[in-house]
Amino acid sequence: MSGWPLLSIVTFLPLVGALFIFLLGRAEGEAGDRNARWVALWTTLVTFVFAVLVLLQFDPANADFQMVEELPWLGGGISYKMGVDGISVLFVVLTAFLMPAAILCSWTSIETRVKHYMIAFLVLETLMIGVFCALDLVVFYVFFEGGLIPMFIIIGVWGGKRRVYATYKFFLYTLLGSVLMLIALLYMWGAAGTTDIVKLMAYDFAPEAQTWLWLAFFASFAVKMPMWPVHTWLPDAHVEAPTAGSVILAGILLKMGGYGFLRFSLPMFPEASEMFAPLVFALSIVAIVYTSLVALAQEDIKKLIAYSSVAHMGFVTMGIFTLNRQGIDGAIFQMVSHGFVSGALFLSVGVIYDRMHTREIAAYGGLVNRMPLYAFAFLVFTMANVGLPGTSGFVGEFLTMAGAFQANTWVAIGAATGVILSAAYALYLYRRVVFGALVKPELKDIQDLNLREIVTIAPLIVATVFFGVYPKPILDISGPAVQHMIDAIDPPVTVSPVPVSEKTAAPAGEHEPAAEGHDAPAEGTH
Amino acid sequence: MDTLHADLMLALPELALAVGGMALLMIGAFFKSIRPSVVNVLALGLFAVIAFLVWRQPAGVQASAFNAAYVVNDFTRFAKLVILLGAGLSIVLATRFFDRERIARFEFAALMAFATLGMLMMVSAGGLISLYVGLELQSLSLYVLAAFNRDNVKATEAGLKYFVLGALSSCMLLYGASLVYGFSGTVEFSGIAAAIGGERNLGPIIGIVFVLAGLSFKISAVPFHMWTPDVYEGAPTPVTAFFAGAPKMAAMALLLRVLFDAFPNAVADWRQIVTFISIASMALGAFAAIGQTNIKRLMAYSSIGNVGYALVGVAAGTEQGVASVLIFMAIYVVMTVGVFVCILAMRRAGGQAEKIEDLSGLMATRPLLALAFILLLFSYVGLPPLPGFFGKFYVFGAAVEQGLWPLAVIGVLTSVVAAYYYVRLVMVMINGQPGEPFEKTMGGELRIVLVGTMAFSLAMLLVPGVLVDWAGTAAAALVK
Repeated sequence: MSGWPLLSIVTFLPLVGALFIFLLGRAEGEAGDRNARWVALWTTLVTFVFAVLVLLQFDPANADFQMVEELPWLGGGISYKMGVDGISVLFVVLTAFLMPAAILCSWTSIETRVKHYMIAFLVLETLMIGVFCALDLVVFYVFFEGGLIPMFIIIGVWGGKRRVYATYKFFLYTLLGSVLMLIALLYMWGAAGTTDIVKLMAYDFAPEAQTWLWLAFFASFAVKMPMWPVHTWLPDAHVEAPTAGSVILAGILLKMGGYGFLRFSLPMFPEASEMFAPLVFALSIVAIVYTSLVALAQEDIKKLIAYSSVAHMGFVTMGIFTLNRQGIDGAIFQMVSHGFVSGALFLSVGVIYDRMHTREIAAYGGLVNRMPLYAFAFLVFTMANVGLPGTSGFVGEFLTMAGAFQANTWVAIGAATGVILSAAYALYLYRRVVFGALVKPELKDIQDLNLREIVTIAPLIVATVFFGVYPKPILDISGPAVQHMIDAIDPPVTVSPVPVSEKTAAPAGEHEPAAEGHDAPAEGTH
Repeated sequence: MDTLHADLMLALPELALAVGGMALLMIGAFFKSIRPSVVNVLALGLFAVIAFLVWRQPAGVQASAFNAAYVVNDFTRFAKLVILLGAGLSIVLATRFFDRERIARFEFAALMAFATLGMLMMVSAGGLISLYVGLELQSLSLYVLAAFNRDNVKATEAGLKYFVLGALSSCMLLYGASLVYGFSGTVEFSGIAAAIGGERNLGPIIGIVFVLAGLSFKISAVPFHMWTPDVYEGAPTPVTAFFAGAPKMAAMALLLRVLFDAFPNAVADWRQIVTFISIASMALGAFAAIGQTNIKRLMAYSSIGNVGYALVGVAAGTEQGVASVLIFMAIYVVMTVGVFVCILAMRRAGGQAEKIEDLSGLMATRPLLALAFILLLFSYVGLPPLPGFFGKFYVFGAAVEQGLWPLAVIGVLTSVVAAYYYVRLVMVMINGQPGEPFEKTMGGELRIVLVGTMAFSLAMLLVPGVLVDWAGTAAAALVK
């Protein structure tokens, strides 16, 4: 098994499934739709199996990139390179884990152009997994940006009433952020002569260049994350997207921002990261407090959860830029946990939306009387969203705040108020939707979860509770990689006299590799 | 005698094309009964032969003929093959269309041959005289092609407009050329380069400005773009496809030849001009296209914008920049042919549909066509993994490498603005209410061309090194 290009298989397997559906294609009508659904489901399940194989092959004790594959591609220092470390492997598995749920929850709710829908989702899966496996900046960018196309089509075709507006907003916001990253990428290619992520991590960018590069990457990742004040596309996109689109958007696509910070901003621009940490803290706190307050005022269930996602991503950015072990571990854990918790919350909304075709909170109430199973599942996810101990939501929030406490007490205090507010909006939502008397006549006949929905949601409940009680497996995998990254950013204190003297001597020696690197891409294209 | 023979052999592709073009004319004139589509097929065969001859020209050498009036190297080979590809595909697009519109005439093939001959001559020009001869041969053929549907008011207006403004631009080019000649004492590019040398003299600079103005007209760069939307709209659609592709490549190659062969010592001077027209073209192409309702006019603004992106690579003024322009233009020509296949497929009982709203609901009625169209449009946006991304990647890369930050940043920002009107088309296709469906009469040849552009996209993703390396070799031949 070890000789196989396992990462490429995981990445491109969904694409093969999409191609299969495409070629299967002539059968129109009900039979064709059914085939497309089953092929998509099996493809995502097999992909998940392969993702688990990747996880089994992965050696957590090793902080380096593993299962590295490299093939020549564009030339001039740009090659097709794949590999995972303790940070990215988690997201690969998370993506593969959520995709079957996304397919299952669209089983009956998508009735038009089912084939196209399944193809779009499978292509999206390939692009998402590729983002986390890429070990070359250009390959990363291709996957990262390429994801816009299927997402554009998913929201644009199968979205709600205001889908056109939401799609444009989502597309243009994200594109604007990432083109600036493209410029930074081009500069780095010119300066270092390669876009190999491993080599770029070892390359010292000049401090003033770091500032601009950091800002350019920040523009992209902050929009993707999304951070306050560039988060406004997210509620619109979530509200209009079909359920599975929301699940993937909240579960995976938002994580690309955080992953980007961890993969690029921190290790490649450490000085700029330290410099801008206060800015990120400020934006994170504003996001946590402000969007929590906004969430309290929402009338639309999906919008409320979308705003809560922005708040939770605030914890992630805060944790990442504490630049210490707890903070970053917590941020990664929070991302993984939020991946299935928010995904599950959107699934839960999808369940009642499929029955009632409205997302208005006011249209519901007293569901516990008719839907005990649903009430239980929704409760678990609501509690995880609040960050109740015993659920996975707690671990991430606790660790990020513990990290923030070391970095800056005031930041931790600000974030802690967010925890209280999150309890307020989440419980308020739960009370209005699930509790109370069942008075609305149209709810009298509402059905509880059916078998398909139970199968979709049960694994997420298990994951939420399991990792809440026993978070060690995730932390063990991410830990060494995080420690390795922190050591690279801030060399341990015992050797600090040496780096200081090196730093002063650096400018003279620094010029040379930069000049050499400058020529390299030009030579490559001769 | 030996040198003459060697010179003639070197210029064999052009000579063959000239003879072949005249032969097409003869065939059309003497065999009255021959169908125009047959002449088109003959022209295609001729183009294939010419492409083979160009391909066979010696690689890796710098050769010149007729006292350096005619130059052959890797750069000219690359440009000529792209031009022949673009022109040949345009004939493929045109044949059935002209038959249907009942305007098919055998002169079309001959005019295409002469226009292509002019373009090949432009690419190979070694001096101002051969430059001008090639340019005029191409332009005159294009004026007639624009008005080919001669009973149509819009088409004749397009032809006339193109002719008048084209003549004006030729005058500017000639004036600039005369200034350059006056100050350098020679019309040969290499001689001009040596004469102008490093010293800054205002005369040749003004000459450069006028030459660039004339050439900007041909590539439809702002502020010399005014003719483009009208001509694109008025000309028959396959002719528009032709205008958007091969002549742009030819004029861009000519521009590179002039700038790098004749004025290599004045990079700092012409960079300012190129930077300005590049920014102006990108911005105008992005903003002016937003309000368009006719898809051919939209494509006109799109081509203005794309020329702006190509000029970003020119402004870099380096070998890497030249390579990036070649990559960009080659991708652009193929994508444009693909888009025009899609536009040609917009056909209803009443004739060709040209409004953007006619595309409404295409995804529901013609999913495969819509899918191809959507991919091509996203490629124009510059989204990976589609080929348009690689074009932009390299031109902006060349600019960034030279520290031209404002140019690169404005470039990516305008491409976000431009993304709006491209995705608007996509939105109309995937989301609009399907109107009266288009006729399912897309010819087999159009299908093949469309599948070919898709195959090119896939190849560009899997083995991009082929095109990148080839363009690199070509650029190395130009920038010494």
